[in-house]
Amino acid sequence: MSTDTTELLKGAAELFPDEVVTQAHVRHLELPGGVGRFALITLDNGFDHTKPTTFGPASLANLDAALDQVEKEAKEGEIVGVGLTGKPFIFAVGADLKGVELLKKREDALAIGQGGHAVFRRLADLGVPTFAYYNGAAMGGGVEVGLHCTYRTVSQAAPAFGLPEVFLGLVPGWGGCALLPNLIGADRAVSVIIENSLNQNKQLKGPQVYELGIADAIFEGADFLEESLRWTAAVLKGEIEVVRPEIDRDEAWDQAVARGRQIADGKVHGAAPAAYRALDIIAAAKSGDLRAGFEAEDKALADLIMGGELRSGIYAFNLVQKRAKRPAGAPDKSLARPVTKVGVVGAGLMASQLAMLFARRLEVPVVLTDIDQERVDKGVGYVHEEIDKLLLKGRVNQDKANRLKALVTGSLDKSTAFADADFVIEAVFEEMSLKQKIFAEVEAVVPEHAILATNTSSLSITEMSSQLKHPERVVGFHFFNPVAILPLLEIVRAERTDDASLATAFAVAKSLKKSAVLVKDAPAFVVNRVLTRFLGEVLRSIDEGTPVEVADRALAPLGLPMSPIVLLELVGPAVAHHVSGTLNAAFPDRFGVSENLGRIVAAGKRNLYVYDSGKPELDPEVDALFETGDVVLTEEQVRERALDAIAQEVRLMLDEGVVAEAQDVDLCLITGAGWPFHLGGITPYLDREGVSERATGRRFLEPGVASVPA
Amino acid sequence: MPRTARDVVFVDGVRTPFGKAGPKGIYHETRADDLVVKCIRELMRRNPDLPPERIDEVALAATTQIGDQGLTLGRTAGILAGLPNSVPGYSIDRMCAGAMTAVTSTAGSISFGAYDVVVAGGVEHMGRHPMGEGVDPNPRFVSEKLVDQSALFMGMTAENLHDRFPHLTKQRADEYAVRSQEKAAKAYANGKIQQDLVPITVRRTNEEAGETGWGLATQDEPMRPGTTLESLASLKTPFRAHGRVTPGNAAGLNDGATASLIAAEDFAREMELPVRMRLVSYAFAGVEPEVMGVGPVPSTEKALAKAGLSIDDIGLFEINEAFAVQVLALLDHYGIADDDPRVNQYGGAIAYGHPLASSGVRLMTQLARQFEEQPHVRYGLTTMCVGFGMGGTVIWENPNFEGAGK
Repeated sequence: MSTDTTELLKGAAELFPDEVVTQAHVRHLELPGGVGRFALITLDNGFDHTKPTTFGPASLANLDAALDQVEKEAKEGEIVGVGLTGKPFIFAVGADLKGVELLKKREDALAIGQGGHAVFRRLADLGVPTFAYYNGAAMGGGVEVGLHCTYRTVSQAAPAFGLPEVFLGLVPGWGGCALLPNLIGADRAVSVIIENSLNQNKQLKGPQVYELGIADAIFEGADFLEESLRWTAAVLKGEIEVVRPEIDRDEAWDQAVARGRQIADGKVHGAAPAAYRALDIIAAAKSGDLRAGFEAEDKALADLIMGGELRSGIYAFNLVQKRAKRPAGAPDKSLARPVTKVGVVGAGLMASQLAMLFARRLEVPVVLTDIDQERVDKGVGYVHEEIDKLLLKGRVNQDKANRLKALVTGSLDKSTAFADADFVIEAVFEEMSLKQKIFAEVEAVVPEHAILATNTSSLSITEMSSQLKHPERVVGFHFFNPVAILPLLEIVRAERTDDASLATAFAVAKSLKKSAVLVKDAPAFVVNRVLTRFLGEVLRSIDEGTPVEVADRALAPLGLPMSPIVLLELVGPAVAHHVSGTLNAAFPDRFGVSENLGRIVAAGKRNLYVYDSGKPELDPEVDALFETGDVVLTEEQVRERALDAIAQEVRLMLDEGVVAEAQDVDLCLITGAGWPFHLGGITPYLDREGVSERATGRRFLEPGVASVPA
Repeated sequence: MPRTARDVVFVDGVRTPFGKAGPKGIYHETRADDLVVKCIRELMRRNPDLPPERIDEVALAATTQIGDQGLTLGRTAGILAGLPNSVPGYSIDRMCAGAMTAVTSTAGSISFGAYDVVVAGGVEHMGRHPMGEGVDPNPRFVSEKLVDQSALFMGMTAENLHDRFPHLTKQRADEYAVRSQEKAAKAYANGKIQQDLVPITVRRTNEEAGETGWGLATQDEPMRPGTTLESLASLKTPFRAHGRVTPGNAAGLNDGATASLIAAEDFAREMELPVRMRLVSYAFAGVEPEVMGVGPVPSTEKALAKAGLSIDDIGLFEINEAFAVQVLALLDHYGIADDDPRVNQYGGAIAYGHPLASSGVRLMTQLARQFEEQPHVRYGLTTMCVGFGMGGTVIWENPNFEGAGK
């Protein structure tokens, strides 16, 4: 260990006193076949697999000390090689993000990168061959420490392997960007570092790690480490020669980087720097100059760690990983009642999607009802087709498909179908009187303990339940389309909803594998209220005279998953119009109803754009419907207006107590609207861009939360 | 329906290195099922000509069938080893002769025509499952004096054996033990043992036991090369004050597993599997539980009689060394010298250890290697004593026999 590294890591460790420290145990063994004495380093934080091994500064110092020991042994000829592996089921899952969140100064951020490099790099220079045995989950720095070794093996049972840095807002900066393309070629490296990361942090499994060439050998989980050591012995004996394919360093390299840029543009639209920084390093790695690559990694890490995008990314990651699993304000789960049968009122598309979800996740009988047999048959038919699709894709086997199909039935007779239901959800047309009538009918036939849930997106649940004998068992259960994909479920507590019903709703949500957020019975709840407000401002700009294209480009710097007009098309102009009407009725000062939108709906148009030329252009028929003013705003002006409106609306929602905290708004936007990690949902972005202060006079989050601490 | 009994052969056998039971033993943090699973996988690797789906049974023995040695180990270990779901399995218990019984029971079924090839073996992790764990002896054993209390403690039965045969002295037992260690050390030096060992990765988190992290067990932990009569003389006699049985002239408390492939000879020939030994006969017999160590005498008599052989026909002996006195009792019965070169050529359980239900297959694996080296030998036997007063003997024929000598 050089004194510099020691000092560097010591300084870093002082900034992170709560680190869960990983030990690097050195143990010696005789390799099979009389090959000689071998030092095996086990990375282990002393907890079981539910707390995976990570690298903080003290952990790196431990590995450094272990490397001191084995380096000396290697020099003195006492060992023939060095191996690195993890505790059961876990190799190592990378840097400890809690430490990153605490960093305030760029020099400290720089030290993190440099410290990692200084330690990991030693594995390439010990004087004896080094072997990484990826025995289980390996992510980020866990993958990278192995890349510095001479050889790698991977377990067929490794459940998750990846470089998620770009997903969070970092670059693989402990060697990943520089080493991986030089090991497996730029194109494959771009797939792992950029494509998988931006594709909802997709992980590789053991066999793919081998197929990509990251590992030189793969062994089954049952005796992975034994076989790895046997393989090691054979390699050291010269019985196995490891041959890796030649890397294409010509045009293919540049093409790979260009492909990476396209992927990044498609996902973050230039709005977040991490992917581009990673691609720059991958591009430069073509020269094979690792030292320069590592320096570039250090610099990129330091820049990104000191940037708001990464801080927002970590904040968002924690919301999705932690807050989503322990919803704020949910009652004690012991109050929840069992749900052994579900009723669905309505058999339209939404109702059918719900039936599918309930049957698949709860595995209890689900009965669809509607006003005529044809609709009921259609709904049940839809579910059965969806189950067949799962069967074809191999997601369920024939037995499970049989079971699921048998669970979903249809009926015209609510009194029989719902007589033993514990949970009945309605998904009929958004009309208060209709929903009230249905709830009254259902209440008359269901058992006393049954929950009545509504999938309304904007109607008042308190009003909906006002005529019932037992309004305390009514909850809002607002899903997002497509139900199977978007994780968010807004659970609405109406004025008289009791804790047991609410607890049951949260328990059901958990079984459905949804991220539940508790919201108050307020118009359009959270996601639709924010989206409608912001869309309303964009439409108002258009109504007033700003060209559609200009208004639609205005939000591009945020890197939202889709532009406002594309979002409008996805929601459907009719639904958007309906919701804006509801919100207009509630808050006429802030929510307008676009007349042009009304015209589009009246004309029965579903889309505003045509794509004949390959890129979106305003449909001339829509253009002809438009009547606009003559106030032409710039993109910047539209953006300012829209962002100010969002900030104002979120502040009002918090003041009204629609949700407990700004974190819940962000969680809703991430999981219900797909808003990106680099915005942290939205409030971290509004804070860091100064919008919050400008529009509401204050920040949403304390400095240091989703931002660099002061 | 007419049937023909089929010849049964020992195809291959492997084992884990044996460990010392207890907190400092190599397998202290290793599961018992993992030990036997890795043996099965090694057998499959060593015999690639055998399609795994052709295996008709996995018979695994353990004395204490609790926890990681429970749950119908034969079945669960098969699944864990990656054998197809179509391969069934079951568990067996005859205490120390568990793996031996796994071999003989399946051999009987092979001969009958029920199976073509099986995995038979055993495991005992005496660290995780000490002898007597969870036992609940019927009180009638004592109240009706069905057995003496000492019958439940193997060391005491060995002392009882010294009582019965006063000429089998502690001195002779210790001399036998020294030879066992010497022969084992020599067998190791000549690479006789390692070829059938499955290296096992072992985790250690307890710093007091040595270097922590993952290690690799590649040799038997209990061995004490260089053991002398003087060093043995000073050992305590834990089962009786001023007794004769010591940790030095008995096998220890051990962890380990074994597995073998047993097949119909016609099947083995068809699949081009090795034929290392041919089963001639087997027998189990009972004696008074208080002197269980003498069990091999009647079981060997019975097995020889069934085979139509005499003790003089046996060219090699693999006798389990639970206690030196128990080996001596068998040899004495037949008038064989304590240091007869046909007996336990590679040493025995006093050196390697005796993880109860696994040991039967270790004897067979070692005998098979001796058969290979000594084609002038036609017959050999494996035998062991069993708790509660039993013995088991299996007589094998050397397929390499070249027709000279016995």
